[in-house]
Amino acid sequence: MESRIRVLFLSTLVVMLAGCAATKNLFDFGQENAAPPTAESPGQVIDPEVERREVKEPKIDTENFEVGGFVGLMSIEDFGSDFVYGARIAYHVTEGFFVEATVGQTEAGLTSFEVLSGGARLIADNERTFTYYNLNLGYNILPGEGFVGEGRAYNTSLYLVAGLGSTRFAGDDRFTVNFGAGFRFLLTDSVALHIDFRDHLFDIDLLGEEKTVHNLESHLGVTVFF
Amino acid sequence: MSEHNITTIPSTFRSKPVWLAGFVAVALQAFAPGPADAAGDLRTVAVADPYLEMHTGPGRGYPVFHIVDRGASVVIVMRRTDWYLVRTDDGTEGWVDRAQMELTMQPDGQKVSFERAGQDDFMNATWEVGILAGDFGGANIISVYGGYSLNPHVSIEVWGSQILGNFSNGWMGSVNVVHETWPDWRFSPFFTLGAGVIHTQPKSTIIQGADRTDQVGHVGAGFRIYATRRFVLRLEYKSYVVFTSRDENEEVEEWKAGFAFFF
Repeated sequence: MESRIRVLFLSTLVVMLAGCAATKNLFDFGQENAAPPTAESPGQVIDPEVERREVKEPKIDTENFEVGGFVGLMSIEDFGSDFVYGARIAYHVTEGFFVEATVGQTEAGLTSFEVLSGGARLIADNERTFTYYNLNLGYNILPGEGFVGEGRAYNTSLYLVAGLGSTRFAGDDRFTVNFGAGFRFLLTDSVALHIDFRDHLFDIDLLGEEKTVHNLESHLGVTVFF
Repeated sequence: MSEHNITTIPSTFRSKPVWLAGFVAVALQAFAPGPADAAGDLRTVAVADPYLEMHTGPGRGYPVFHIVDRGASVVIVMRRTDWYLVRTDDGTEGWVDRAQMELTMQPDGQKVSFERAGQDDFMNATWEVGILAGDFGGANIISVYGGYSLNPHVSIEVWGSQILGNFSNGWMGSVNVVHETWPDWRFSPFFTLGAGVIHTQPKSTIIQGADRTDQVGHVGAGFRIYATRRFVLRLEYKSYVVFTSRDENEEVEEWKAGFAFFF
C-alpha cells in the first residue's frame, strides 16, 4: 500500500513536470523578458499629459468552476457490471490544469461463485452498494475543435485525470487510486458534454487472498461552467 | 469610431443553434450576475493595441478567427482562467488572452487592470484550499483543508481527513495554527501546531473492538512551494499524540504531499 502511494506520487510528479515542460508557455515563464509588443505606441489613445489615475478592475463574470452529473456503466471486478451515476465539480486553475472531485454510486451483482453455488452469498445485500469519491488532478492534453457539418465548430478537449479517494464496498472503506481520460465537448462556452473512462483500483481480500482489483467505469456527463 | 470588422474565416465561425440558446439562457440565469453591458461595471473596453485578436477558444492553440481594430470597443462577457470572452458591436464573440486585454482602455482613456495571481498573492492571499495525501502511521490518509491568513506569517487552518488502514479506518478533524517564517520565499517553510478529534473504527473481521473517538494534538513542519498562478505545492510532516482512554497515549507520525490553490 505504501509503495503504491510512492508510485502514485512519483508518477503524478512526472506527469506534472512533463506537463509543465510541454506547456511552459501557458504559464508565461517565457514571457518575462518580452516587452508587450505595443507598449510604446498607443499614443492616439493615451494622452501623456493626463495625470496617472487609479487603475480600476472590471467586474467580470469569472467562470472557472464546472459542475454536473453523469450516468454510465461500471464494472466491479468479480461482481459484474451495472448502471453508475454520480456528480462532479471541477475548478480550472489554468487553461491546462484543473482539479476535480467526483462521487458516484453503483450496485454490485453476483460473483460467478455465488451464481454457481446456488444460495451462498459472499457479502450481504446491503453491502453490495458501491460508493466512491475521488479527488483528482486533471490536465487538458489535447484541446481542439470539433466540426459539425460545414458551418459549426465546437471547442473540445481530451484530458487526463488521476487521483485518490475512497470506496465503500463490501462493508469497508477502501483506499482507492483512480486514473483515466475524458473528452469534453463544449456545446456553448458554458455547457459541456463529457465522455469519461476511469479505472478505480483498490485492494480487497474478499475471495481469500488479498489482490488489487480494477473497476472500470465509462460514463456520459453534462456540466455547466459558472 | 473607426471601421473595425476585418476578417472572418468562415470555417471556424461560431454559430449557436437556436435550441441551445434557450437551454443556455436557463442554465446561465442561475449563475450569471446579469447582462454584461452596464458601463458602470467597466466591462466595455476600447482597443488600444493596433488590433485585438479573437480566438475561437480559451487557449493558445485555438486559431484567431476575428480581429478588432484599434479604437473600436468590445464588451467583456466572461473570463475563464486567463482568457476573456469578448463581444464586438456586431455580436461576434471570441476569446482574447489577458496579455492583450491589458492593452485595452476604458472609453474615457483610463487604463484597465486585469487581475492576475502571482507570487505576491502567494504571500498575501487570504484564503487557501488544498488536498493532500500520504502516510499516517502506516495507513493511507487523504486530507482536505481550508486556510485563512491573519497576516503573511500566521494563518489558521481547518482540516478534515479520512484514514484508510489495513486494521482500521477512521476520520480526523483538526484546527491548526501555521507560522511561516519567510513567506516571501518561493520555498516557504512553515511550522504548525494544532488539536482535534480522531474517530477510529477497527475492521471487525480482524480485530474485535469498539469504535473510539479520541482527542489529538500535533506539531508539524513543512514547505509551501509556489508553483504557478494560484497553484501551491505542499509537503509536510506532523507528529500526533492521541490522548486515548487507556493508560498510554499513542504517537503517530504522518507524512503528506499535495497541492493547494489560493484566492
